[in-house]
Amino acid sequence: MRTKQTIQTTVAAFLLLAGTTTSEADLLDVEKDTLKFGFIKLTDCAPIVIAKEKGFFDDEGLSVTVEAQGNWKELLNRVITGDLDGAHMLAGQPIGATVGFGTQADIVTAYNLDYNGNGITVSNDLWAKMKPNVPMEDGKPVHPITADSLKPISDAAAAENNKLKMGMVFPVSTHNYEIRYWLAAAGIKPGFYFDPGTGQVDIPGFLNGDVELSVTPPPQMPQTLEQGTIVGYCVGEPWNQQAVVKGIGVPVTTNYDIWKNNPEKVFGVSREWAEANPNTWIAVTKALIRAGHWLDAAPENRIEAAEILSQPNYVGAPFEVISNSMTGTFEFEKGDKREMPDFNVFFRYNASYPYYSDCVWFLTQMIRWGQITEQQPDSFFKEMAERIYRPDIYMEAVKELIDDGEFTEEDFTDAYAAFDGGGYKPATTDFIDGKTYDGSKPNEYIQSFKIGLK
Amino acid sequence: MDTTATAESAPDTSAPKRSWITYNPNRVAHTLNKLGLGYFSPFVRLIGRDEPAKQIREIAQNTLLPVTAFLGFIILWSIFSSVIKTDSVQIPSPHQSWYALTGTTILGFSHPFPESINGEEAPYFSENSGLDPKSINGFAQAEKFAEKNYLNSQQERIDSYLGKSRASAADGDLEKAAKYKENAKMFASKSYSGNKTFYDQIWISLLTVSIGFLIATIVAVPVGVLCGVSPKFNTAMNPLIQLFKPVSPLAWFPIVFVITTWGIDTPPSDSIWQRALWTSAGVVMLCSLWPTLINTAVGVASVDKDHLNVAKVLKLGWFKRIWKIVLPASLPMIFTGLRLSIGVGWMVLIAADMMAQNQGLGKFVWDMYQNGDTMSTAQIIVAVFVIGGIGFFLDRIMLVFQRLVTFEDQNV
Repeated sequence: MRTKQTIQTTVAAFLLLAGTTTSEADLLDVEKDTLKFGFIKLTDCAPIVIAKEKGFFDDEGLSVTVEAQGNWKELLNRVITGDLDGAHMLAGQPIGATVGFGTQADIVTAYNLDYNGNGITVSNDLWAKMKPNVPMEDGKPVHPITADSLKPISDAAAAENNKLKMGMVFPVSTHNYEIRYWLAAAGIKPGFYFDPGTGQVDIPGFLNGDVELSVTPPPQMPQTLEQGTIVGYCVGEPWNQQAVVKGIGVPVTTNYDIWKNNPEKVFGVSREWAEANPNTWIAVTKALIRAGHWLDAAPENRIEAAEILSQPNYVGAPFEVISNSMTGTFEFEKGDKREMPDFNVFFRYNASYPYYSDCVWFLTQMIRWGQITEQQPDSFFKEMAERIYRPDIYMEAVKELIDDGEFTEEDFTDAYAAFDGGGYKPATTDFIDGKTYDGSKPNEYIQSFKIGLK
Repeated sequence: MDTTATAESAPDTSAPKRSWITYNPNRVAHTLNKLGLGYFSPFVRLIGRDEPAKQIREIAQNTLLPVTAFLGFIILWSIFSSVIKTDSVQIPSPHQSWYALTGTTILGFSHPFPESINGEEAPYFSENSGLDPKSINGFAQAEKFAEKNYLNSQQERIDSYLGKSRASAADGDLEKAAKYKENAKMFASKSYSGNKTFYDQIWISLLTVSIGFLIATIVAVPVGVLCGVSPKFNTAMNPLIQLFKPVSPLAWFPIVFVITTWGIDTPPSDSIWQRALWTSAGVVMLCSLWPTLINTAVGVASVDKDHLNVAKVLKLGWFKRIWKIVLPASLPMIFTGLRLSIGVGWMVLIAADMMAQNQGLGKFVWDMYQNGDTMSTAQIIVAVFVIGGIGFFLDRIMLVFQRLVTFEDQNV
């Protein structure tokens, strides 16, 4: 195994010399040591918050402030202007920004913050109408609940020219693509951003749809649902659990059921920043990897993390709500609490490694729904992925951590395998509709969808 | 009030040896009135035994009526808070708001935010401060402990790197030893990059509004003077003034945002002069300059013709005429405008902070709104009281200035 033996010997010798049991290593020469990171009040900002609260940033000699931002657009703007050095971003955000859907800017990422963590919640009313269509077993709905149960209701509403209105958090957010995937898998057309027939572009993405999906900031989802402006939404935690705890809606499915271990948020920085601060970027990634590892290391760490996140300056929702999903359970209909050990994954399954194939998947969905208006050759996907996702930086950080003696090479077997194997995940059928996704054949994947532009 | 009459009514014969023999309740009361603290003048008159019965009556009236009204308000508030609630939100009660501020219950009351975790009562009070760390005060206290912890762990880092440095030196690797020493120094130079507490946010808000107000004044007074002295200039400016005066801060924000993004270099992230602060101050400026501008123009235009004639007779130059005659004569109007301006500025600041994400009270309200905890609404109520209180305080300050430059109302 590489130079493991030598590393361990050097580390041991080093510790002996230093006469100390702590394992601080040589610090990187960071270009910028006072940093400000932004986040949105969602539990998946946890690695950033934990890296700060546990002193992992401090260990790298970085003074970091972590600041809640109003909404995704604002957050992206502030990363572009340099007010923020980096931020908790929707996985689609660096990609959307780079291809120029919405704000055009070069954003890059070397760290995937988490897998999964979203849910789709519908109002009590809508659930009452959907429930008769849902297959039951022992008095409980059989999971995953597909949108087949929603189809007759949405058809009836569309026939009355009263399309169902649903919320998602941002046009390039995972949630948008997930709720679209879920709907389209059952034959419900979610509306397009572009009509190739007429050449019409529609910014809200309502063209030729059976339902209308609109943007609502995550923390406002429950209130908007209660006010009846929307009848369902797709959002990250804690805002699904909030709905069921307060009795205003019913979470029907999670994105784990839509696509197992799907990429959710990334830590994004602007290319300009990354080029000016290469060592700082590695140091930050080191701290984030340690935080991700800590979050998945033990169940009691999740409890502690839920406590930290419930502080008013972080997520601020009640501990009860945050701990529900963070500790591996998820409450669907009131009382129907199920084990979901993989609902939030921060490190296991190599979750923090930035896979090119994850980036490609978002690009395929952007083409499917018309956010990218032209069909692209397979080479386009590869180029984009290599431009936006930077596993090389991630691996630098890993190497540093191993050199520090903080981790061993075994901790990163999957990451080394991924990096040496070209950075694509193997083809998978882990989707709610059982379709095969192979990141190296994006156009084949796009062609396989019944609903979608191709 | 005539000063001779005041001197005569003063009780100056009772205790000749006491140093406060010269205590003149009327004069003190008059000063208090000028300072906008007229509420206290019956008290000083009472101390001076100036018509005690009348003063007691006045105090009773001045105190009892507002207190009764306030109690009535609290009762109404309590009623509303028990009625206005939905599944996801509610109006917090007075007790809940008190708790949200202090982090402790009022003696004898049960916990206002019962919350159970897996059937067990939630751990409310911090071991460190005895306060609920989610409350405003508890959070500020928790920050102090966090800083202490930070300093301890930083000391550990310093010691560890110094140790390494010594070890390397002993090993003969001087280059490494120097590097580790450098690292230790770097850790020693760091300070705690903590979280903003509510109290920090109050200061940032005050700073922001002061900057916005200052710039507004610097712009509005000269333009107002020009409008006042030159009817032609006034005619030229009038459409612009009328057009921009009613614009909401929310509309100004994107424009100011563009300007500050273009014009201000990104400050270091630990600096207080964040771009967001300038954006917010810019919005405050654009909304608050109009009352000053218009009042200055009106004040200048209505300067007594006799005064201007005097200037003509003295053959004063243009600048001297403005400086010596026009400005002093229009000061009362200018200050009326300034007082209105700071009121408007403070009012729009909250919205500006929210939009610009400036770390002031507006950001606090916005963050709390997003938290979705029951206590966070209660914290917004606390913020409402604080915002109102500071607005009142700012108005009083301006009132004092306004009175100081106003000659006509000495009897007020």
